[in-house]
Amino acid sequence: MTPRRFISPTAVLWLLIGAAYFLVPLIATFLFSLKNDQTAKCCTLANYSGVFDDPEFWKTIRLSFVIALETIAFTLALLVPTVYWVHLKLPRLRPVIGFLALVPFVVAPIILVVGLLDLYRGTPTWFYAEPYGFLAATYVILAFPYMYFSLDTGFRAIDVHTLTEASQSLGAGWLTTLFRVILPNIKAAALGGSFLTLAIVMGEFTIASLAQFKTFPVHIQYVSQNKAYQAAALTLVAFGITWAAMLALLAVGRGRGAPTTQGAR
Amino acid sequence: MAGVELKQLHRRFGDVVALAGIDLEIPSGEFVSFLGPSGCGKTTALRLIAGFDRPTSGRILVDGKDITGVPPNRRDIGMVFQAYSLFPNMTAVRNVEFGLRVRKEGRGVRRGRARELLELVGLDQAADRYPHQLSGGMQQRVALARALAIEPRLLLLDEPLSALDAKVRVQLREEIRRIQTRLGITTIYVTHDQEEALSISDRVAVLSHGQIEQIGSPGEIYGAPATPFVAEFVGTMNRIESTVADPESGRVEYDRTALPVDAVRGRPRGERVLLLVRPETVELEAVAGSPENGLVGEVVSQTFLGSVTRLRVLAGPTEWTADLSADGQRCGTVGARVSLRFPASSAKVLSLEGQSMPELELEPEPES
Repeated sequence: MTPRRFISPTAVLWLLIGAAYFLVPLIATFLFSLKNDQTAKCCTLANYSGVFDDPEFWKTIRLSFVIALETIAFTLALLVPTVYWVHLKLPRLRPVIGFLALVPFVVAPIILVVGLLDLYRGTPTWFYAEPYGFLAATYVILAFPYMYFSLDTGFRAIDVHTLTEASQSLGAGWLTTLFRVILPNIKAAALGGSFLTLAIVMGEFTIASLAQFKTFPVHIQYVSQNKAYQAAALTLVAFGITWAAMLALLAVGRGRGAPTTQGAR
Repeated sequence: MAGVELKQLHRRFGDVVALAGIDLEIPSGEFVSFLGPSGCGKTTALRLIAGFDRPTSGRILVDGKDITGVPPNRRDIGMVFQAYSLFPNMTAVRNVEFGLRVRKEGRGVRRGRARELLELVGLDQAADRYPHQLSGGMQQRVALARALAIEPRLLLLDEPLSALDAKVRVQLREEIRRIQTRLGITTIYVTHDQEEALSISDRVAVLSHGQIEQIGSPGEIYGAPATPFVAEFVGTMNRIESTVADPESGRVEYDRTALPVDAVRGRPRGERVLLLVRPETVELEAVAGSPENGLVGEVVSQTFLGSVTRLRVLAGPTEWTADLSADGQRCGTVGARVSLRFPASSAKVLSLEGQSMPELELEPEPES
């Protein structure tokens, strides 16, 4: 017989405190978002319909989402082969890249954007003046540490050398090995890095605002200056959309049902 | 199936010489084992043949064609690794199919061949399981099936059984040999386990310090070791330093005792020699009082090994090892005085002139 499992009351208490820490602000925001714009009394859904009726909402959320996907694609394309190669051929470079990955944490976004605006001055307009160019390039830098450390953990969890050599001995070239053997086995790590990148891009305000691009966080800030209750509703909608996007990524990434765990050792 | 030739194969890692010029010819269909301690260069040699590493100098020929510069994915060489190497994202059958998929074989051909090979290794029931759902032994069987699926010219096995428990190891090595014999595929097997090498190989190459010390049939390697290293490494061996006392009648002097050894007949009188005596040839007899002649010693330890009992006997300056069968254990109590004998024809002799007593040195495997 399997023994019955009890959760200790202390654990339940801590769980409730932890849950409250996250849920209380959300509930408060939700209650705030239900207040009438004119009377400041509960309860109306007018703020939510106001959010969805605003064409700027759809325009900015679409922009932020596309930039997020672009950033994820660029970051994966840049980092997956790099981290693979470092693990396979240049393991001594790991600490160096780990150090470089910390730089975006150290440099404040406001300094980063000023530097990058100056650095990219003179580049073609389609890049410099467009959010899909300049902002995406900047967000690749911001996403670097999150994606790098996720991928590094993923690569450390598999035997890169043996899998690569096994694949090669069966006749596979580098690309086949990367796409058919390595990528499927670091999928969970790549997804983790992608979630973080999505969350960062969907919430990044400083760089977008200073570079004068109206992304979704800039739109929220604009609304909050004029319509406090609607801004609360907008925040919750944004929260829901980001989570829905993450779940969609998860569904796409894990759609084929293959386990990514290591074999019995 | 292909024959393999290694010609003056050298590999250095900085100052470390991993391979110091290996010459070897393996006829088609033969099963050869590379046997040696860690750091002897056996895995380095295998990796060079597989193409995962390049030799500093020397050539590798398969079927007379130089493949030294050919990348590993174009060599048509199957390999089973020491570490579990199945692709975790694929089921057993998809793992076996992988090489055929790379070669763009049709789905029907792939599936048929994969099922056939899984059946050959006794795992047709586990075709749809993922690697993490298979035991270590099952994983290595699938890895073997996967390596064979591409119908390789040559099969390389790099200590494939070292992570498995003793019983599975014996079972699987017999299976590997059975499959190899059935398919007639040229095979190179790397191991540090002498029992494994001796039991499944047509020939065994004993490596030390990046060189082949001796290559021969398992019987030759065990029964007639060419060097002190081989004698020490393959099986347990008593190594007795002595001097040729009477070349005519074949006697050596050891601890002021004359011991009959046929192999010293005709050697120079007074030559320092190393006697190599297998423990199973040593006979012991309990002695009471002090016998007038013969070698006498004292039992210092007794270890039960299942089919035999191993005794250590201090006789003269050397501790002898003797393996006694169950009925010969009577004289084997610790502290007992025993006389030692071995058949004069059983001992091998190596000259020690101009060299000190050789020691077995084990070095760490260089990083590749």
